[in-house]
Formats: sequence, C-alpha cells, structure tokens
Amino acid sequence: PAKLFLRSIKKRKKKARRRRRKMARYDRAITVFSPDGHLFQVEYALEAVRKGNAAVGVRGLDTIVLGVEKKSAAKLQDSRSVRKIVNLDDHIALACAGLKADARVLINKARIECQSHRLTVEDPVTVEYITRYIAGLQQKYTQSGGVRPFGLSTLIVGFDPYTGVPALYQTDPSGTFSAWKANATGRNSNSMREFLEKNYKDTSGQETVKLAIRALLEVVESGGKNIEVAVMTKEHGLRQLEEAEIDTIVAEIEAEKAAAEAAKKAPARET
Amino acid sequence: MKLDTSGLESSSSMPYGGTDELGAEFSTAPSFELPCSTNFDGFQKEAKQMVKPAKGTTTLAFIFKEGVMVAADSRASMGGYISSQSVKKIIEINPYMLGTMAGGAADCQFWHRNLGIKCRLHELANKRRISVTGASKLLANILYSYRGMGLSVGTMIAGWDETGPGLYYVDSEGGRLKGTRFSVGSGSPYAYGVLDNGYQYDMSIDKAAELARRSIYHATFRDGASGGVASVYYVGPDGWKKLSGDDVGELHYKYYPVVPNPVEQEMAEAPVA
Repeated sequence: PAKLFLRSIKKRKKKARRRRRKMARYDRAITVFSPDGHLFQVEYALEAVRKGNAAVGVRGLDTIVLGVEKKSAAKLQDSRSVRKIVNLDDHIALACAGLKADARVLINKARIECQSHRLTVEDPVTVEYITRYIAGLQQKYTQSGGVRPFGLSTLIVGFDPYTGVPALYQTDPSGTFSAWKANATGRNSNSMREFLEKNYKDTSGQETVKLAIRALLEVVESGGKNIEVAVMTKEHGLRQLEEAEIDTIVAEIEAEKAAAEAAKKAPARET
Repeated sequence: MKLDTSGLESSSSMPYGGTDELGAEFSTAPSFELPCSTNFDGFQKEAKQMVKPAKGTTTLAFIFKEGVMVAADSRASMGGYISSQSVKKIIEINPYMLGTMAGGAADCQFWHRNLGIKCRLHELANKRRISVTGASKLLANILYSYRGMGLSVGTMIAGWDETGPGLYYVDSEGGRLKGTRFSVGSGSPYAYGVLDNGYQYDMSIDKAAELARRSIYHATFRDGASGGVASVYYVGPDGWKKLSGDDVGELHYKYYPVVPNPVEQEMAEAPVA
C-alpha cells in the first residue's frame, strides 16, 4: 500500500507538470525586464513606431491641427479607405504612427469607451480621460502574459467639453502619456520636433495649420498628395482638408520661404 | 407524526334547523377553508407585498431659485413598533451633495457611502468634481444591477455642480428621474399636499426652509410611520448646510398653540356674590 500511494503521488505530480508546461507556453510574459532595467519589447515597439509614417500635431489657441505623411497610394487603391486621422468622438480626434492594425484595435476600444463614459456619467469624455484610457490599455499589454505591446504612438487632440480649452496629448507603447503644445511622432520625428521647438508660437486659425504643414514638410516631399491634414475647431469639429486646399497652403508656405530667403540675400548684397 | 386533518372537516356547524338538502351538501364532501379571494394563485404574493416595508418615512427635496432644499423626518419603524426616533435620513455624500434615505436603512446607508467613495475616486482621477447627473447615474446603475434581489432604496440625490442645482430621484427598481420637486416615503402624499400648495420658484432661503419644515410636520402628523425630528438642509453653491432640526411635537404646538377655553375662564372669574 505504501508503494501504491507513492506511485499515485508520482502520477499526480507528472500530470501537474505536464499541465503546467502546457499553460507555461501561453503564460510566459513576453515583456520582461533585462538585467539593466530595460523592457526590450517596449523599446522594440518604439522602433516600430520610428519606422511608421510621420505624424505631427500642433495646438493653437482655438484650433488644433493634425498632419500625417501619406505614402504614395498605389494606382488601384482607393485612397479614401485609408484614413490616417480618425474621430474618437464628436470632439476628439486621433492620429498615430506605427502598426496600423494595432491602431485599429486601440481606436475601436477607445471609441467604445467614449460612448460608455457618455452613458454612465451623461457627459462627453475629456481629452485627458480618453488619453489616460488609451495609455492604460497600452500599459496593460506590457504587463500581461502571452501578449506583445501595441506598436504605435498616438497623438490625441480635442477640446474640453466644458471649458473649451484645446488639448494635445501623446501616448507611446510603454503606456506613458503627456500633454504637449506641439509634437511629432513616427519617421524623422526628431527633426520635426526640433523645427517645432524653434518655430513654435501661439497661433490660431490658419496660422496653426501652416505651422503644422511647415513642420511636416521638413521631412516629407512637398505636395498635397503626400500629406493628410485635419483641422479641429470647437464649432465645426474635425475637418479633413482637401488635397487642393493643402496644395494652396503648401504653395503659400513655399512663397513665404522664397521671400524670406530673398530678404536674407538682399541685405547681404547691399553690404 | 400524525397529520392534522382538522382543516378537512367541515368547519361550518349547520344547525339542523336548516333545510336537509343544504345540510347534506355541507357534510358529505371533505372540504377545507378557502381564502376569500378571487386570485388563488397570487394571493400569497400579495400578502408578502402587503407586509413588505412601505418605506415608512417622509423625505422631500425641491429646487428653487437659491438652490436645493432637502428635508426628512427621523423615525424608523418595524411594522407597528417605533424602533428609533432619531435616525439620520439625510446622508452627506460629500460636502456638496446630499442623499435621502427611504426604504431599507442598511441598504441606503451602505450604498450612499459607496457612492461617496466612487465620487471621491472620480474627483481624484479626473481632477474635477463629479456632476450630480453622473453621481445619480452611478447609483442608479448599481441599483439596477441588483434589481429583483430585494434591495429597498428610494433616494433623492441633491447637489450643486458646475451646471447649478441638481435633483434626481433614484430607486431600487433601477428608476432614475430628474425633477424639481420630489417627496418619497409613506408620508409623501401628505408632504406633497403642503409642498405643492406653497411652492414658488422665487422663494428666499428662509421661506423655502419653512415650507420644507411644514411639509414634513404635516406628513408626520398624519402618517404613523413618520415622526421624530424634522431636519432641513440647504444646498447652495458652497455646498450643503444644515438649517434646522426641530422635534415635530414641538412644531405642532408652535403651529397650533393651545388656546385656553374662554368659557371656563369666564366661569373662574365670575365674581363671588
């Protein structure tokens, strides 16, 4: 009887070990700390973001502008189905850089949360609330078993439903978020950010649009068909600019640039 | 255990003076007393409903020009027994929101405290106070999820938020109503009578407080399940403030002071010849 008892224990242990190994395959955390305190999966996700399309956001006094680099559309592709700047609610918009499929999942969850918030407190979300929610989602996926982080950084813009104050927030794959006056993400975001730091000033209306497009033009081929721009105002919500409109603004900017250069050269010649 | 079949024996002892046919009918078939009701299937449920606490209390709240006035009695009754005359039926959720208690005391106290916790968490997370709309919706959603499980809560959430004064009625059936005048409890019909009669939007705080006090008093006068102390609270832009807590017995003599009978007095002063 002692031998039988020991054998039954052995059997139970073997079964448990087999079960644990099966579950272990799905339970292993993909995001683990490195010996020097890095989360490599998150950093690799940031790499994926850096390879994504350039995106810029600028906050003005009464206008917020989002601009995204548009890769040249294939001839047979219907470009209208590839919208890079989306609405989360009537007063909140989002642009992102990175894995577009991950973006779709995150955007859907955020849209549901916007409506759920309206249902439970009978109020629209604030920009900070929905940013916190999205950042929280991104963080959850860095601390769960068997999943990888979302490979995208988002730029979230909107107006506060009560105070009407415009806001621009950025989240990244690690789940951190912060508010910005102007920011860029995606390909060549560093040069865009440098440009914005040098040239940012409080603007409103068309000036804000121009500033955003100028930043984007630093790293993108100029032309209406390579840029997608959306403008958000309190009264009209989110409005995607037409290609023709973008072309005219780009032409204005180029003219201004040429004039500035000419002005620089003229005094030099005089001296 | 021997079954008690006394119920099966015909209870009506017909005197033999009655006609023989009737007597025969009554004594042949074994019968038992049937309830005097047309609804044999549902009468038990009805009996339960009758005994269920009819929210023995009177609470009221109304919005007026200066804010919200909230008032309640303080009697707790278990059937015909008065278990307490000093129950706090106006619950302070946070410095700018009040809730009233009607129905199960434990249910109201617990869920109001729970609501207070949720409101505070909302403040901390969102760096702004929760609106009265939001708070009442949170409570209504919780009560709805417990619907049918026996909670008994009939409460009014009154407060002042960014949009001004707010008043909502929330109950354990999951209902939620926005309004300007509410009264909840067994004494509410009496309170409504006085409240609706004297209500004006443009009242001063003192007038509104007096109206609320009198409405509660009249309800306690006629409703046996209401009594004790009439508390009156005012909610303004700076939060709530307790205005008064008067014993309704004393209020009675204040409103209807005892007038000495003049006839007796005359007789006492009749000059002695």
